[in-house]
Amino acid sequence: MLGPQRRNLWFWVFVGPFAIGLGLFTYVPLAWSVYLSFFDAHNTVSPAGSDFVGLGNYATMLTDDAFLGSLGTFALFTVFIVPATYALSLALALMVNRLRFAQAFFRSVFFLPTACSYVVAAVIWKLSIFNGVRFGLANTVLGWFGADQTAWLSTTDPPWYWLVIVTVRLWLQAGFYMILFLAGLQRISPQLYEAAAVDGARPGWQTFRHITFPQLRATSVAVVLLLVINAFQGFDEFYNLLSDARGYPPYARPPLVYLYYTALGRDQNLGLGSAGAVILALIIAVATVVQARWFGLGRKEE
Amino acid sequence: MHDALTRAGRALRVVVLIALALLFLIPFYLLVRNGLATERDITAPGWTFFPHTLQWSNLTEVFRDPNLPLGRALLNSILIAVSTTAGTVLLASLAGYGLARIPYRRANVVFYAVLGTLMVPAAVTFVPSFVLVSTLGWISTLRGLVVPTLFSAFACFIFRQYFLGFPKELEDAARVDGLGYWRTYWRIVVPNARPVFAAVGTIVFIGAWNAFLWPLVIGQDQEAWTVQVALSTFTTAQNLNLHELFVAAAVSIAPLVVVFLLLQRYIVAGVERSGIDD
Repeated sequence: MLGPQRRNLWFWVFVGPFAIGLGLFTYVPLAWSVYLSFFDAHNTVSPAGSDFVGLGNYATMLTDDAFLGSLGTFALFTVFIVPATYALSLALALMVNRLRFAQAFFRSVFFLPTACSYVVAAVIWKLSIFNGVRFGLANTVLGWFGADQTAWLSTTDPPWYWLVIVTVRLWLQAGFYMILFLAGLQRISPQLYEAAAVDGARPGWQTFRHITFPQLRATSVAVVLLLVINAFQGFDEFYNLLSDARGYPPYARPPLVYLYYTALGRDQNLGLGSAGAVILALIIAVATVVQARWFGLGRKEE
Repeated sequence: MHDALTRAGRALRVVVLIALALLFLIPFYLLVRNGLATERDITAPGWTFFPHTLQWSNLTEVFRDPNLPLGRALLNSILIAVSTTAGTVLLASLAGYGLARIPYRRANVVFYAVLGTLMVPAAVTFVPSFVLVSTLGWISTLRGLVVPTLFSAFACFIFRQYFLGFPKELEDAARVDGLGYWRTYWRIVVPNARPVFAAVGTIVFIGAWNAFLWPLVIGQDQEAWTVQVALSTFTTAQNLNLHELFVAAAVSIAPLVVVFLLLQRYIVAGVERSGIDD
């Protein structure tokens, strides 16, 4: 048998390469970013030669209407996308789960968009479904009912671009969360439903409310957490749907799009961008801890 | 009476499902329809379900457009996706196995350090990671596009959870036969854990193929563009040929849809067994 010293060695043979890489490409950049955020670093990734500005970048960011607006955009996006995806994926899972035929077919159809990229989906949404006034599927279909033509992505009042942004993501991600719910549904013991039937619960709403939904609690918590974290990553669809040859419009700019333009756009203001990234990381950390507390995550399931 | 209601409910559910399935499939149809249509059929005011003419030459034309280096971009995407997948699966599976099976006093500390990075969404680190990659001089290189993405805490976590539930008897038998950790891992564990490798591999491959922000930031030269970046520069350009863009987009997802349909059951099984919702 191997002695403890040999075991330690083998542990690091297995875990070492991964741990070193994770340290180098996650922890080092984070530390560097914190350091860089105290400097007035334009066009440069090294603080040497830049002015030390202390918390100046943080003060700038926290009083910058555009940055605060980007957080507002994220909040608004979350309010739309989280409940919509939650409801649609749960409904799909419930319907697919009870199918007696063609279950695999329907599951595949709803899951297939997961293979599609945000860029490709944005091409379809922007240039085919919600295309400008003259052509495009949405305007054609609405035209059959006599509705007016809408310039979906460039009309800010009413802000129809939200419909475009939310439906892209809904299409792309609902199938993935449906799979999580299907897995959760399969773990519910059939005996619970039998017992409910004996007690006179009618199938449908009553069983859903008193058995299915409570039994899916752990899955629901995970789904909501993942949805919020993924909403924070919103970049691809915003960038591809809203920017054009003239640049990016000032409205509907989530934090990542904002940071992208601050750090890597015309100004190349990496000090300011780093401060924004640190603020964002802190907000996410706090939000995650609060949510975990709120849902009682980490507590053993009873 | 009750039976009739149940039957009506079931029929309604199927109708709703079929309607939703059609809605989910329409975007795929539009991609193919516009990819094979003429420019006029896409931009003509009266939109029709079927294009008037099918223009199969779009398929070859798109590879000849000098503004859209599709062939090069496809090659880059394949290189990046394959090496990212191979590297991630190798590194994460070794680490996951070590964490799950090799007793070490501080294994928990290491595990929490890995888990902690899951809390930081990858996208938040793009500014700092850009800073690092740029310092290393890796902008617009394959290294810069691949290496920083190889250390997936998510993949490591999935492997660790899987190996924790792996039957110990198999490994004990190997140990009795005198195999060390290394050979036990390669000869016994890997061959018996194929489903989790397939599941994680497919998820990582799809993620790498569809990645956008990182390739956009790091692949600045046209030679380093991935398919996603190439498509994106085309959507934001001023003069674009829609039929070319659509056929290029269709070409970019075709390989993935095939991989996806073939390996779908592994992904589903992998997600179900990952313990992600426990």
